[in-house]
Amino acid sequence: MTIKGSAATLEEAAQNRILIMDGAMGTMIQRYKLDEAGYRGERFKDWGQDVKGNNDLLVLTQPDIIYDIHSAYFEAGADLAETNTFNAQTISMADYGMEELSYELNVEAAKIARKAADDWSTKTPDQPRFVAGAVGPTNRTASISPDVNNPEFRNVNFDTLREAYKEQVMGLLEGGVDVILIETIFDTLNAKAAGFATLEAFEEKGLSLPILISGTITDRSGRTLSGQTAEAFWYSIRHLKPFSVGLNCALGAELMRPYLAELSNIADVRISAYPNAGLPNEMGEYDQDPEDMAAALEPWAQDGLLNLVGGCCGSTPEHIRAIADRVSNHAPRAVPEIAPKLRLSGLEPFVHG
Amino acid sequence: MTTASAAQQFVNVGERTNVTGSAKFRKLIEADDYAAALAVARQQVESGAQIIDVNMDEGLLDSEKAMETFLNLIASEPDISRVPIMIDSSKWSVIEAGLKCVQGKAIVNSISMKEGEEPFLEQARKVRNYGAAVVVMAFDETGQAETAERKVAISERAYKLLTEKVGFPPEDIIFDPNIFAVATGIEEHNDYGVAFIEAAREIKKRMPLVHISGGVSNLSFSFRGNEPVRQAMHSVFLYHAIQAGMDMGIVNAGQLTLYDDIPEELRTLCEDVILNRNDDGTEGLLEAAPRFKGDGSVKQTKADLTWREGAVNQRLTHALVHGINEFIEEDTELARQDADKPLEVIEGPLMDGMNVVGDLFGAGKMFLPQVVKSARVMKQAVAYLQPYLEEEKRRSGLENKPSAGKILMATVKGDVHDIGKNIVGVVLQCNNYEVIDLGVMVPAAKILEAAKKEKADVIGLSGLITPSLDEMCFVAAEMEREGFACPLLIGGATTSRVHTAVKINPNYDKGQTVYVLDASRAVGVVSKLMSDNDSAPYIQSIKDEYETVRTKHLAAELKKKRISLADARANKFAIDWSQTQPTKPTFLGTKILKKYPLSDLVETIDWTPFFQTWELKGRYPRILDDNKVGAEARKLLGDAKAMLKRMVEENWVTANAVIGFWPAESEGDDIRLFGDETRSEEIAMLHTLRQQIARDPTRDRAHTALADFIAPKDSGVADYIGGFAVTTGLGDEAALEARFDKTDDYNRIMFKALCDRLAEALAERMHARVRKEFWGYATDEALSNDDLIAEKYNGIRPAPGYPAQPDHTEKATLWKLLDVEAQANIKLTESFAMWPAASVSGLYFSHPESHYFGVGKVERDQVADYAQRKSWEVHQAERWLAPVLNYSPQVRKKSVA
Repeated sequence: MTIKGSAATLEEAAQNRILIMDGAMGTMIQRYKLDEAGYRGERFKDWGQDVKGNNDLLVLTQPDIIYDIHSAYFEAGADLAETNTFNAQTISMADYGMEELSYELNVEAAKIARKAADDWSTKTPDQPRFVAGAVGPTNRTASISPDVNNPEFRNVNFDTLREAYKEQVMGLLEGGVDVILIETIFDTLNAKAAGFATLEAFEEKGLSLPILISGTITDRSGRTLSGQTAEAFWYSIRHLKPFSVGLNCALGAELMRPYLAELSNIADVRISAYPNAGLPNEMGEYDQDPEDMAAALEPWAQDGLLNLVGGCCGSTPEHIRAIADRVSNHAPRAVPEIAPKLRLSGLEPFVHG
Repeated sequence: MTTASAAQQFVNVGERTNVTGSAKFRKLIEADDYAAALAVARQQVESGAQIIDVNMDEGLLDSEKAMETFLNLIASEPDISRVPIMIDSSKWSVIEAGLKCVQGKAIVNSISMKEGEEPFLEQARKVRNYGAAVVVMAFDETGQAETAERKVAISERAYKLLTEKVGFPPEDIIFDPNIFAVATGIEEHNDYGVAFIEAAREIKKRMPLVHISGGVSNLSFSFRGNEPVRQAMHSVFLYHAIQAGMDMGIVNAGQLTLYDDIPEELRTLCEDVILNRNDDGTEGLLEAAPRFKGDGSVKQTKADLTWREGAVNQRLTHALVHGINEFIEEDTELARQDADKPLEVIEGPLMDGMNVVGDLFGAGKMFLPQVVKSARVMKQAVAYLQPYLEEEKRRSGLENKPSAGKILMATVKGDVHDIGKNIVGVVLQCNNYEVIDLGVMVPAAKILEAAKKEKADVIGLSGLITPSLDEMCFVAAEMEREGFACPLLIGGATTSRVHTAVKINPNYDKGQTVYVLDASRAVGVVSKLMSDNDSAPYIQSIKDEYETVRTKHLAAELKKKRISLADARANKFAIDWSQTQPTKPTFLGTKILKKYPLSDLVETIDWTPFFQTWELKGRYPRILDDNKVGAEARKLLGDAKAMLKRMVEENWVTANAVIGFWPAESEGDDIRLFGDETRSEEIAMLHTLRQQIARDPTRDRAHTALADFIAPKDSGVADYIGGFAVTTGLGDEAALEARFDKTDDYNRIMFKALCDRLAEALAERMHARVRKEFWGYATDEALSNDDLIAEKYNGIRPAPGYPAQPDHTEKATLWKLLDVEAQANIKLTESFAMWPAASVSGLYFSHPESHYFGVGKVERDQVADYAQRKSWEVHQAERWLAPVLNYSPQVRKKSVA
């Protein structure tokens, strides 16, 4: 059940402090070392193809584990937990033949996170907790051809994405999330489809929740996978009037900073950041320890860059606790006023006047 | 906005990727030759198109599919897709297909109300949800708007719907008020150019955040096949439309003629037609057009080779300004042979030529695409000289010396202009510096990373467009954060010493930021910065200089700051009218006092200004005992009193006064006067101006206008106002000629100064009598002459043209009310000066809290408001208020009347 007026409560909390987001879900799930049977549970024991690795499925087969992970993050000090729905739409679920489950996955995931949040809100009434319905990028991109010899070809288009996203968002709303978080945006066209679908879902449900947006700068080129600079990306999604915009994934705190600073200069909304716990080592593991990650993020808070902060790949409740400790003394970034100008973008921004 | 910056900010939308406008592009799309079609798009971007328009509206095409295919292909070409797309179609389904293919923020071109409000709103909402800006055509249920009035009315209606019902941000709305063909032979079409220009002006005035665009090539439709005339028409049209507020246009970015390059005769003919200046404009242009046609291509104008007859330096300039690369190597070679060293060719004639380009760009006479062409020619010339520069280095033995230092250079993120930076690079290299050039559009992170890796001694940033200035500040701040300490050089067309000192430098404390005016200064600056001995004092001198610049700038900024008229009005000088009972004057209407006895005035003369006339500083009577000027002052006063005695006794001049009182009420910043106590018949409206200076917020002072001193109607208080005009100068000319020799400057000046003093004294005397006798609100006032001079009485008598009301034209109202010319024989000249000069006029305010003040400088909003109240055009108001404008008014072209 949604807490009444959660948007206003969130707004108020964001006025007063830097909000803490949660850390990685996948990293935590790995700790449980689930095997194929663990993923399948009773309901899918006869499923026709392997499902190990389908983390989103666990909200149906291992709901207690997901609840415990949310609780661990709330205990570490997170204000906001993301539903376990990064891939819970028909396009990604096709990998497991589970397109049909998409809506149900979102409803259930939202309910689990809702329960964890409500339990912690009861425990700590002066720190209300929130649920962010996580909307991931899907495993396809609408701006890039998968076939180098056929550049006009696309293996997914806007309308397919929009339908998949709309179903996902409808499920998240049904399950009682407080905000929609469109995240890990590699391709802004996918995100625009997600935004379009979110607005449609809001209209159909007759409500309007805050939208949080988080893009991904993939490397030191300072661009998204689809080639946009951070500023161009912001202009592309600004019409959604998001509660916040920011960056997550792909980079650790050190490398993310300049691009986040760039966004902070031009975005007249709140800024969020949840970088990875460093960069993967030779073994492909993220090994930045909680103190190091928190120490890297504290100057951001100090310099007034942050309104929301958390962790992405490799981060754990220990990381979130360390980050919360370090940033809690700093005031949130003051949202600047940006001159009203025609701000367009291609891969690069274009400001008229 | 000044003309120059208007032209610089004009956005070029590339028009060649449009099947309806380009036969070539249409054929490529029809033939499925998308590779060649992409080349067209690339050429547009390279020629300076900042946005590209894509249109696939062709009956035989599957337009949705073609739009999708082409936009998907563009998405795979970073050189093209770096710029925003304008999705152009008259079919909504094509637009929507396009919107689904672009990740950036695009522009939809266009939607309109031609099918009514509902579909318009529906489409606008979708455009918004897809995240695009929108072009709105001046088209409604009854058709396309042809007159300026309709263009404006439709735009305004659309604006209301978009902003109020859809929540569209005004800055994302672009109006296209329809450019139609002129000179078609149909008389109704003659005004189409003017209609667009006037509509643009009015739309911008009413809705300042929106943009104005249009498809320029429609204009010259009737001259198809005559490219030189068409290009001239486009160029002339843009020149005028941009000044009116058009800030975006669909143009052939590679092919704009320079306004100044159009032959005088053709330009005049084009202006006649476009501005509809005379009835036979069309005939004139049609008749002359074939003479300018040449072979029908633009090349014809280029083939005019008379410029080749000039000296080599002039030829280089011409080639740079016009972007002609045909002879550049040949001319560069000639210049090289003339020079001692190859570097001199760059520092001399080539830089001179680029300076001309810079000046023309600055004056709004060149557009960005033309500058891009100039830069290409420049690059070619520099490239040609490169081997000679290397050779020179080898010969002078510089090559084997260790590098004098490592300079890292970049054009900042968001900016593609690198010609200046390249020149600096060449010059530095020739002086044995190692230059690492990161190219254009370089983000801060990359600059800093490279500087660390390369251990750069100096970092140089370049930029041409205004947003680059902010980016430079950002780079400086990032250098500070990352602990850099090396000098940071700033250069490029929009950069300045002031901006560097005020905005960039304060971001970077650990190292010194230095503005470099042009390439020729770069070596001097760098060598001083790198010198062991000179560096410290040089940096100190720059620090001192920038500090001075910064302090001055901040002081000037503070002085210049104004608050809005609305805010100023909200903080008006508030009189508590419930505590006020204004005295009714002893009469209403006017009273004339002719041949006022001068002897009454002698005692009340304020002598201090008299000494100022003679440039003796000090207050009377102390000045008579002053160590330095006392003796001089005493002599002057003696002479003055002697002359004054004769003036009075012999009646050298005649004094007249006329005064009047009327029932009055204030309404906003105006004062309404009535004929009688019934207050039913308005006989005049006096207009006043309000202070707008932005004060220190801790000081709670009102923003006063004279109207604040009169009770408003709704106060229920019956208030009054008075007016007066006095002179003591009648007959002054005759007296002067009769009594003083033309060469007797001393006595002539003395006489005029005394006339002035008498006029002031009469004004003072009348004011005193008004207070005690005629108005009678201070019947018991008893003040000494000193107290009078110190204005220790209630009420004021401010004069139009003075600080409390700087507008001289208000005297006209006063003259009518008092019938001054007939009654007192004082005339007003056409610039509202009083004649004779020894005259004083003004208004009487009786309220005890009324006081003198200066309006100070006023802003655009007040000028516009004032103009409306006075039934003036804004430019008239700007003319009369010129000394108190807090901005530079737009230069007004007579021809666009």
